Amino acid sequence: MDIPSIDYLLDEAAKNSKTIWQVVLKEEQEDSGLTEEELRDRLEETYRVMKQAVKEGIAAETRSISGLTGGEAAKYYRYYRAGKSLLGSLEAKAISYSLGTSEYNAAMGVIVAAPTCGSSGILPGVVIAAQEEYGLSDREAVNGLITGGGVGAVVATRATISGAAGGCQAEVGTASAMAAAALTDMMGGSAKQCAQAAALALKNCLGLACDPVAGLVEIPCVKRNGIYAAFAIAAADMALAGVESFIPPDEVIDAMYQIGVNMPAAVRETAEGGLAITPTGASAKRRLEY
Amino acid sequence: MGISMFDILGPVTVGPSSSHTAGAVRIGLACRTILGEPVQQAKITFYGSFADTYRGHGTDKAVIGGLLGFNTENTQIRDSLQIARQTGLKYEFFTAEEARYHPNTLAIEAQGENRKISLRGASIGGGQVRIQELNGFSMEAACLMDTLLVVHKDSPGLLANIAAILNVAGYNIANLRLARTKREGDVITVIEIDAPVDQRTADSLLNVEGVLRVISLPKF
Repeated sequence: MDIPSIDYLLDEAAKNSKTIWQVVLKEEQEDSGLTEEELRDRLEETYRVMKQAVKEGIAAETRSISGLTGGEAAKYYRYYRAGKSLLGSLEAKAISYSLGTSEYNAAMGVIVAAPTCGSSGILPGVVIAAQEEYGLSDREAVNGLITGGGVGAVVATRATISGAAGGCQAEVGTASAMAAAALTDMMGGSAKQCAQAAALALKNCLGLACDPVAGLVEIPCVKRNGIYAAFAIAAADMALAGVESFIPPDEVIDAMYQIGVNMPAAVRETAEGGLAITPTGASAKRRLEY
Repeated sequence: MGISMFDILGPVTVGPSSSHTAGAVRIGLACRTILGEPVQQAKITFYGSFADTYRGHGTDKAVIGGLLGFNTENTQIRDSLQIARQTGLKYEFFTAEEARYHPNTLAIEAQGENRKISLRGASIGGGQVRIQELNGFSMEAACLMDTLLVVHKDSPGLLANIAAILNVAGYNIANLRLARTKREGDVITVIEIDAPVDQRTADSLLNVEGVLRVISLPKF
């Protein structure tokens, strides 16, 4: 599927009185030759993998293969279940699920890269939590995933979703924009509101560095997935209230790419800058050298 | 070529890194497929970022998992080193530097009962890979489409015969590239097609005078 812009999605949606997910699904059908039901079956399987990863991630004190991270998802989930969270149950649950997926990822569990492994917690965290909290069907949740997938496809086409090319804003920023659009759709927002939610989310991730300790997808990636799940909900909430980004969605995506190109290589996944070279980060790396 | 929704909502893979884990599984799997028989011995060399972080990212388990025939979502990848030892796959890991290579590159020398191949691949992000060298041939295969690798003599008209056979069998060639080694006479032609080639067509290609080997590499 060749979706050049968010404007294209909105134009197609407006022309045919469709939602974003209907436009995206039609494009994918034309490209793949598969029927809507065949695509939905595959997406439901994708969603099942996401749910399984959440379940595994929050259940156990998962440790990563390096041993650097783990156990935080279970800890936060217990805290939320005990009624202690300062946040509403949607945000607290989304944080738990997002942390859980990311920890499961770091432990070599099976996850769905959405759009990458390092940012794989945010979209499922938000979508699964919203489905449970608002009693939505799997079909409605999958429609949210497709909406988010459309946004991600535009970012991948116009800009980049690789931390090595564009920093963390390209990975976690894109995942947050996808999750914000997905949630807006699931809560009955219009196509325009979905696009605005994505713009608000991505705009506020601009400049986010990719500076992982020892070069591993763990620090700060795991906790960042948790934090940005709540952040994506805030962006969706503002969009649902009618708040709009002054800079239109496609221009925000182009700005993200521009900033990515201008970022020093030290904060583009090389582990040669930022958190990676702090005394603590450097010492953790030394401990891992075999 | 446009992007698929399943590239954004996917791949489904074991973690922790799409480039360091999923991509490495796919390079290993491509090697196993090209060898065409179980791998008995493998020497794997990691370059660049792979060399620095292969243990922490499970790149070692990932590439061995691929050599055992596992796909990216197979949870046995976590235990692949142990499974390799149990099933008689002897492996060794090396690290090296080569500035010309993509930062996430690995090279494999794999030996089966009847054959031995060497292959080099790069993991270019999001789990996507490029196979860049096979048995000393410089080449480029993305494995995004069904791919046919035809090793043949460098003789006139041979390529036309190959194209004719594929055409008659109804296959649509999307892309075709040739690669030569320094050794005179042998050429590898990389053909990307819209559907996997059936056995009969592969056999007809093998019967073309001068064709030495036909390898079908499914998209993954």
